[in-house]
Amino acid sequence: MNRIKQKLQEDNPPAGRAGKILSIYFSAGYPNLDDTVKIIQDLEKNGVDLIEIGLPFSDPLADGPTIQESSTAALKNGMNTALLFEQLKDIRKTVSIPLILMGYFNPVLQYGVEEFCAKCEEIGIDGLILPDLPLDVYKEEYEAIFKKHGLINVFLITPQTSDERIKAIDDASEGFIYMVSSASTTGAKQGFGTEQSDYFERIANMDLKNPQIVGFGISNAETFEQATKKAKGAIIGSAFIKHLTSNGVDDIGGFVKQIR
Amino acid sequence: MKSYHADERGYYGEFGGAFIPEMLYPNCEELRQNYLGIMEEPSFKEEFHQLLKDYVGRPTPLYFAKRLSEKYNTKIYLKREDLCHTGAHKVNNTIGQILMAKKLGKNRIIAETGAGQHGVATATVCALMGIQCVVYMGEIDIARQAPNVARMKMLGAEVRPATSGSKTLKDATNEAIRDWINNPVDTHYIIGSVVGPHPYPDMVARFQSVISEEIKNQLQEKEGRENPDYVVACVGGGSNAAGAFYHYLDVPEVGIIAVEAAGKGIHSGESAATSALGKVGIIHGSKTLLMQTQDGQITEPYSISAGLDYPGVGPMHAHLYASGRGEFISITDDDAMKAGLGLCKLEGIIPAIESSHALAIFEDRKFKEDDVVVVNLSGRGDKDLQNYIDYFKL
Repeated sequence: MNRIKQKLQEDNPPAGRAGKILSIYFSAGYPNLDDTVKIIQDLEKNGVDLIEIGLPFSDPLADGPTIQESSTAALKNGMNTALLFEQLKDIRKTVSIPLILMGYFNPVLQYGVEEFCAKCEEIGIDGLILPDLPLDVYKEEYEAIFKKHGLINVFLITPQTSDERIKAIDDASEGFIYMVSSASTTGAKQGFGTEQSDYFERIANMDLKNPQIVGFGISNAETFEQATKKAKGAIIGSAFIKHLTSNGVDDIGGFVKQIR
Repeated sequence: MKSYHADERGYYGEFGGAFIPEMLYPNCEELRQNYLGIMEEPSFKEEFHQLLKDYVGRPTPLYFAKRLSEKYNTKIYLKREDLCHTGAHKVNNTIGQILMAKKLGKNRIIAETGAGQHGVATATVCALMGIQCVVYMGEIDIARQAPNVARMKMLGAEVRPATSGSKTLKDATNEAIRDWINNPVDTHYIIGSVVGPHPYPDMVARFQSVISEEIKNQLQEKEGRENPDYVVACVGGGSNAAGAFYHYLDVPEVGIIAVEAAGKGIHSGESAATSALGKVGIIHGSKTLLMQTQDGQITEPYSISAGLDYPGVGPMHAHLYASGRGEFISITDDDAMKAGLGLCKLEGIIPAIESSHALAIFEDRKFKEDDVVVVNLSGRGDKDLQNYIDYFKL
């Protein structure tokens, strides 16, 4: 069974924050080119549930300044798709945590979608998040390829997504739905207001078949708790990257412990 | 019959579509569902055409360039978009889109700009309508295009520097898109070219199509026929070309010639000749030809002309290239500058450096004596004076 599905279907999770899914995003190749594997190992060791490995892109439209900068730095360090696959080739010898590659569609298209998915399967990647690969194109052209290689494609919803479209996305999804907390790029907002609570409530009441994991705007224990009141879990990206920028890769445990 | 226009889903052959993150879906979908209907509304048409006539100064002349024609031994007409208010064809689109934004109930406008021409055209229509305007411009472009920055400010727009990436047009576009993600309800994004996600390429092409509509009428008057043998236009993103080609796309007897910027030479590493150097990929929400690394990272183009300095090309043009419908020629900085100065001396018209690229093809591309060749003179050269001064040591 796909590791993402397995993780999300665990029976009897502990009560409260401890029972919620904590997913961490980082940009591969940042702060240093060869940090990728150590970051993954340390995140798993410190009890993180899911990892999103960011494939850097020159023009990350949906990202705020923090991830733009880590992306640019990673590319300057020499990161690219082939090199990331090379770094990850033995990753399954040391970790069993679900791994998701997150990036923009163009680098995947240039690598070749079929070749990219085959390589993911070979390495032991469980899913992909490609925000600019639209639902209709995915279904028409790529769903069969993703499925053949055992990959889950994770879709996003936002506060502006209509109920009808959320249902269509729920139908096309496996694993979980990436619930963008507010109308923003990554790392933009601080804290959640009533608008967010209403949105979280509305989605919770839709009774979707897939659990939701909230991303964008989660940076500490407080926002993690707010985001996961109704949802299955939450994703932290920019805040973790800031931690890496200030502290390097030596105190990953310290970051995780202050969240949960 | 095979058509070179966009299909319902915004595809030109394999190019186009809307490769956008979910955050942009509601905005683009609202526009997609409404743009054709709004453009057909009599009140919209009336206001659009009234403003094009009284405010922009349309129709722009189709001028028979006698001395230029003698020099190259063919019949050359210039479509004088340089005489539009604000100095270029860009305003045709911004007039259309500001009216569209009003119909959609938006009260805030954002735009991207490279050299500042589209930014000025957007700031102009926002002033005209009393609507708040924010223009994103690369930090590097702000420094090298000071007069246009001042114009935008005088017109009441806020100019925000794009400080990410290469700090030029593509990054200004990224920043405008990010702004739209953060302001999904009240804001309309006025894209300046036939690029971006569906429905932008088709919508902008339709607003610019007034250029070829007028050419048809004017040529009928002057030559007794609607169709020239060739239409020539420069292509960066490709909006003036889309407008000049529009009504001729499906008229096979009219040759379509798109002129790209070769910069310092196609293979010099400093070029913007997308058709020659690009591969199929995704940029700013559209599947098209773009300049990129083997790894799929978008690369920075170069041209002496800021308006042609874009790493992609609109999906209409990608399709014209891939299908062979269009003839693509690339022109170096040097050849464009010479052709620009040539037009000054022969016809008393100082062209924008973008348009000079289109004029430069006559040195090598020969036409028959009785061929009628229409060149879209997309803009005037006032904005480029400093470049001309530096280049020719005037």
